[in-house]
Amino acid sequence: MSPQPRALKTLNILSVILVLGAFLQVILFTPYEEIMGPVQKIFYFHVAVAWVGMLGFIASAVVAVIYLVTKDLKWDVICLAAVEISLVFFFEAIVLGSIWARRAWGTWWTWDPRLTTAAILEMIYLAYLLLRQGLEDPERRARFGAVYTLLGGLSVPLTFISIRIFRTIHPILIGGGGTDTMNMSNSMLLTMFISIGVFTLVFITLFWHRIRLGFLREEVEHTKLSVTE
Amino acid sequence: MAESLDTQQKPSSNYFKAVASITWKDMAAELRSREMISAMLVFSLLVILIFYFALELDVKARNSITAGALWVTFAFAGTLGLNRSMAIEKDFGCLDGLLLAPVDRSAIYFGKMISNLFFMAIVEAIVLPFYSVMYNINLFNSGLLLITFLGSVGYIAVGTLLAAMSVQTRTRDILLPILLFPLTIPVLIAAVKASSGFLLGSAWSEIEPWFNILIVYDIIFIAVSFMVFDFVVEE
Amino acid sequence: MIEVKKLVKRFGLKTVLRGVDFNATPGEFVVLLGPNGAGKTTFLRILASLSRPSMGLVKVAGYSLPNQAAPVRQRLGVVSHMPLLYGDLTAEENLTFYGRLYNIPLLNRRIEVVLDLVGLSSRKKDLVRTFSRGMQQRLAIGRAVLHNPEVMLFDEPYTGLDQDASEMLDGVLKNVAAKGRTVIMTSHDLARAEELGTRFDILNRGVISASAQRSNLGQGNLLTFYKKVLAGTDG
Repeated sequence: MSPQPRALKTLNILSVILVLGAFLQVILFTPYEEIMGPVQKIFYFHVAVAWVGMLGFIASAVVAVIYLVTKDLKWDVICLAAVEISLVFFFEAIVLGSIWARRAWGTWWTWDPRLTTAAILEMIYLAYLLLRQGLEDPERRARFGAVYTLLGGLSVPLTFISIRIFRTIHPILIGGGGTDTMNMSNSMLLTMFISIGVFTLVFITLFWHRIRLGFLREEVEHTKLSVTE
Repeated sequence: MAESLDTQQKPSSNYFKAVASITWKDMAAELRSREMISAMLVFSLLVILIFYFALELDVKARNSITAGALWVTFAFAGTLGLNRSMAIEKDFGCLDGLLLAPVDRSAIYFGKMISNLFFMAIVEAIVLPFYSVMYNINLFNSGLLLITFLGSVGYIAVGTLLAAMSVQTRTRDILLPILLFPLTIPVLIAAVKASSGFLLGSAWSEIEPWFNILIVYDIIFIAVSFMVFDFVVEE
Repeated sequence: MIEVKKLVKRFGLKTVLRGVDFNATPGEFVVLLGPNGAGKTTFLRILASLSRPSMGLVKVAGYSLPNQAAPVRQRLGVVSHMPLLYGDLTAEENLTFYGRLYNIPLLNRRIEVVLDLVGLSSRKKDLVRTFSRGMQQRLAIGRAVLHNPEVMLFDEPYTGLDQDASEMLDGVLKNVAAKGRTVIMTSHDLARAEELGTRFDILNRGVISASAQRSNLGQGNLLTFYKKVLAGTDG
């Protein structure tokens, strides 16, 4: 087993420090929003984790295409890594969004286009994992996984648009405009961008770790096989 | 080789013939056994009956819920048909038989897709009048029929591709709806909204965005399925 | 007719074929023997263009795989332990369907001839579903020779057949399927293999570990040869 490269070790430490830093920035140095009170501070993390989920989503679709073109199984490992990270972070985004919505709109769940699309995307990811589970041959698993990720990558934007039109025609639900209408001071915006930047770094670190894990797992399989033969 | 070897022709000239013969084969087999269509049909009618009791479809609720009830019915009946249609190919090794033939893989996709669409259309053609009679609501509206067709095309385009994948997995039939429904949400939303738009007599400007989404979805997913079907059947 | 050099096939990390070298000259009937999991079926699926080689050269009838799959498919017939037929179509319809996929000219006459060759003319209007296993297998041979291929692949054609049906199949295999063609067959039935083959190759652990001509082997010695080879490579 090869040790972690120095760049990754640096990223580990940097991520921890910066996440703590972003935390302090959000708690101590960002003004209270008048109406929402302290709960509003969730918003900075909500946006940041949703952003990471988005990065994972885009990465997985791009990597799926690369796999289908190159047929190199390493891209499958990377695609799975991106999907798993995106799955976890969108889940966090939904949970944080719910907490925020509870305070803002008095309900845990709103059929907001972003929130709903994220939930549907989670379903697609779970279907992806179930699909992989049902296949033994690694190459077929990789091919089918890539095709499904690609289809997901195309349908999710359409889903988002559909839900958006759906909501504008039927504005009967509580809430409405959501984050679009929020008034943010400059320091709030700054904090938001800081936390997005920090979480991008977290994404890179986790992605790297998850890809390494995938390769290590393959190495283990390989060793097992060479021992039994 | 004593006999003719003049059977060699370019596969490209064979393309439409291959699509047509796969569709013909499916229809001939299905019109004889009627297994798939009768299962889809009985299932659909049961769902419609259940909706009556589950939703208490009184006259007022009917107008707004009809499109949703219909599309839920079509979507579930559709997965039954898609599963069955691919299982037939897989069970006696026929998929290998198709792949051994000197035809382009995408011809197999289009052949299967057209026959699946045909089966779905038959079910719809029976369900719609049945629903009309049962709930005393006129569904014979050309706009509604057009939307039903466009929605079915998108649904079947993705469904045929995914059925070809799910049939090769260990979990098979259970997997198809799980794979299919989250990807077809745009079709379902757009078809339901456009259909109820036509039923409620809404203005075209309200229906148009849904109509556009259906068209865009159909085009994108037929094109992508055409491109990736090779990856689904090759080894 | 068939040329294979250093063929490697991997399924993920598992290597099934590890450098197979294989040649078959026109008219040869090669029987591939070997224990379960030796890679016989995988090897045939690669020759049939159903599976892609991971590495190495594969040429069938002068065309290399996987890049020139279309002309290879035109010249190739496959009989496997699955019939590759549709139960809800008649014998004649099944052949019509496959004939259209292969774009065979004067199809109806060709179908008459083939049905006669496999002895199913009288049952041509019957559904394949109602056929016995032996009859299905004969029709499967009819399907495989429909386009008069130069190369035939038989993958365990005797699976699931009783004694009588096997004997009947023997005749059809010898006189219809193999006549004037190059044949590769896998089988566990050493007695039948000995009768049909002109050459016996033993595939074990992903390589061809021995090969013997029928003329050099002598009558009734195949089993001894087979056991000796397997014992040699195991030890």
